[in-house]
Amino acid sequence: MINNPKKDNTFTINFGPQHPAAHGVLRLVLELDGEIVDRVDPHIGLLHRGTEKLIEYKTYTQAIPYFDRLDYVAPMNQEHAFSLAVESLLGIEVPRRGQVIRVLYSEIGRLLSHILNITTQAMDVGALTPPLWGFEEREKLMCFYERASGSRMHAAYFRPGGVHQDLPDDLINDIEDFIYTHPAVIDDIESLLTENRIFKQRNVDIGLISPEDAQLWGFSGVMLRGAGLAWDLRRSQPYEIYSELEFDIPIGKNSDCYDRYLLRVEEMKQSLKIMKQCIKILRNEPGPVSSSNNKLFPPKRAEMKESMEALIHHFKLYTEGYHVPEGEVYRAVEAPKGEFGVYLIADGSNKPYRCKIRAPGFAHLQAMDYMCKGHMLADVSAILGSLDIVFGEVDR
Amino acid sequence: MDSLFNTYLLPFIIIAAKSIFLVTALLINIAFLLLADRKIWAAVQMRRGPNVVGAFGLLQSFADLLKFVLKEVIIPTNSDKFVFLLAPFVTTVFAISAWAVIPFDSGVVLADINIGVLYILAISSLGVYGVIMGGWASNSKYPFLGALRSAAQMVSYEVSIGFVIITVILLSGSLNLSEIVNAQDGNFGFLNWYFIPLFPMFVVFFISALAETNRPPFDLPEAESELVAGFMVEYSSAPYLMFMLGEYVSIVLMCSFATILFLGGWLAPFPFLDFIPGFIWFALKVCFMFFLFAMVKAIVPRYRYDQLMRLGWKVFLPLSLFMVVATATYVVFV
Repeated sequence: MINNPKKDNTFTINFGPQHPAAHGVLRLVLELDGEIVDRVDPHIGLLHRGTEKLIEYKTYTQAIPYFDRLDYVAPMNQEHAFSLAVESLLGIEVPRRGQVIRVLYSEIGRLLSHILNITTQAMDVGALTPPLWGFEEREKLMCFYERASGSRMHAAYFRPGGVHQDLPDDLINDIEDFIYTHPAVIDDIESLLTENRIFKQRNVDIGLISPEDAQLWGFSGVMLRGAGLAWDLRRSQPYEIYSELEFDIPIGKNSDCYDRYLLRVEEMKQSLKIMKQCIKILRNEPGPVSSSNNKLFPPKRAEMKESMEALIHHFKLYTEGYHVPEGEVYRAVEAPKGEFGVYLIADGSNKPYRCKIRAPGFAHLQAMDYMCKGHMLADVSAILGSLDIVFGEVDR
Repeated sequence: MDSLFNTYLLPFIIIAAKSIFLVTALLINIAFLLLADRKIWAAVQMRRGPNVVGAFGLLQSFADLLKFVLKEVIIPTNSDKFVFLLAPFVTTVFAISAWAVIPFDSGVVLADINIGVLYILAISSLGVYGVIMGGWASNSKYPFLGALRSAAQMVSYEVSIGFVIITVILLSGSLNLSEIVNAQDGNFGFLNWYFIPLFPMFVVFFISALAETNRPPFDLPEAESELVAGFMVEYSSAPYLMFMLGEYVSIVLMCSFATILFLGGWLAPFPFLDFIPGFIWFALKVCFMFFLFAMVKAIVPRYRYDQLMRLGWKVFLPLSLFMVVATATYVVFV
């Protein structure tokens, strides 16, 4: 047993990286006094792939797939932030239908992420059934990803200037069917957890954080709303068509793990509401889904067979890419886990000079020590579950 | 010579044969109950469960047995090798030896001793040694924490199990398990069984049995999301199999114990069903109890260590103490 020389009565254990509740590759060095946690020391970097640096060596189009691999639970939400950043540097508008599809798929991403999170949070406190119920639904959502983009996870569907392709009609019908069948599944999962005494005992008053501290630690998303602050980028700095959509921003009261669970469940219901509105718009308003500027967005296949110019555009776009005017920009979206931001510096070439990614999970993870101190060992996994950590984005 | 054979050797051979038969039958049943456990769990989770080995996966447990036995036994360098290997045996042997006094039918029992209840209580209390020894001998951190937890947990819940059993003994007036079953016999079938007058105790017993056998929501010693696999972290291959086997044997033991104490053992639920052999009723009731165990595993989260202790000492202990007093009052004055 390795003992801390300063305090003989503590006992240090490694929680992860090969730990079933470490959510991937987190390594926590825990100092325990019996079962009470004295200190939590998160060690990150085991999934570091140098994404930000790699992006500096890729054209803007080639950078998109890297964003799928950040928070791989809700890939399109990350692409969204990058696309918005590039669009504001280029100064282009996305056609309305493209915006609606983006919102629709961002909300699907939110569902993907929240289903995974609430069920794995349940698993972290020992309930093993909800994840399997939830994964059945995620499977359907991933099929929607696949039918839109050709890929279940790494979609590369949101491109600067719009989305890659329009959605087929029957896909829209199937998404609508899903919207009507999904609430029953949420209710089923809730029936196992929400009023379950053990689940409540394990989560209520665990991992408390005050609104002030939540801000100081750089929290965003559900973690911040759980602390009672109504901050949602979809409302406070609306992008795409969020300003014209109707939805509620639920906020928490106690700022404990249980509140965060409740918020996520409620946000899933709100997401369904947003998706319903998007589908209505998609049905009624046909139109282009991407920018018609062929210097930025590849031309249609059919056009390339006829027009020499289109062929040249296609060739140039897929070899050299497009040049982005000099400038810097920070654009953020309300990703399922919080504020996901991209800070881009363009030097006028076809590659970003610098791409800094602001991942919400990173800020949340750094508060582990603050939130876990004084709790018991079992609470560490409960708190970790409620933070909604995905290592793709934390380690980048 | 002849008398020596008749007095000592023959009874010994008979007892040995009976024991071997009992253990074999028990282990074969456990194999299928284990499969049932996994199938029930799978059904709740909308999975299919094991379905490849044999029809409906019926041979899955035997395939697992083969796999466990053929794998290499890994013994950690820092462990105390003797105790490390002794621990799984302790668990399994104690779990199996408790079966000696379980009556499967009227008169069908290996050792019809008058202190059957005490014997089971003693043997199942010793089961905790296997866990502590395993956790300690591994000389590793997670198993150590798991062993500490299980020591506290199993001891606490044994106290309330003890009081629950006292209430049953007060009603039946015997420590002999067969007598306890016979005491529940009557003209009204299942209405005579003790789970009706002692319903709160039946619930307490069931929950304490979950804690005693380390089943969810009390599976703290092996809590996956905290301690990875608790005291079993360092175990592999056959020693791991022994732990698992011991665990399931004691689960089924607890199911049978509950059947005998509260559900009338081998008695038929309705008097007109008496023609069906008693051991079939016994098996059905054990399966019912096992189903409850399996369902609980599928639907509950896990308690935290302090919550579990609080439940044991502050809820179950006072409740069972009160019921002991209430039952005693009833027996003496009514």
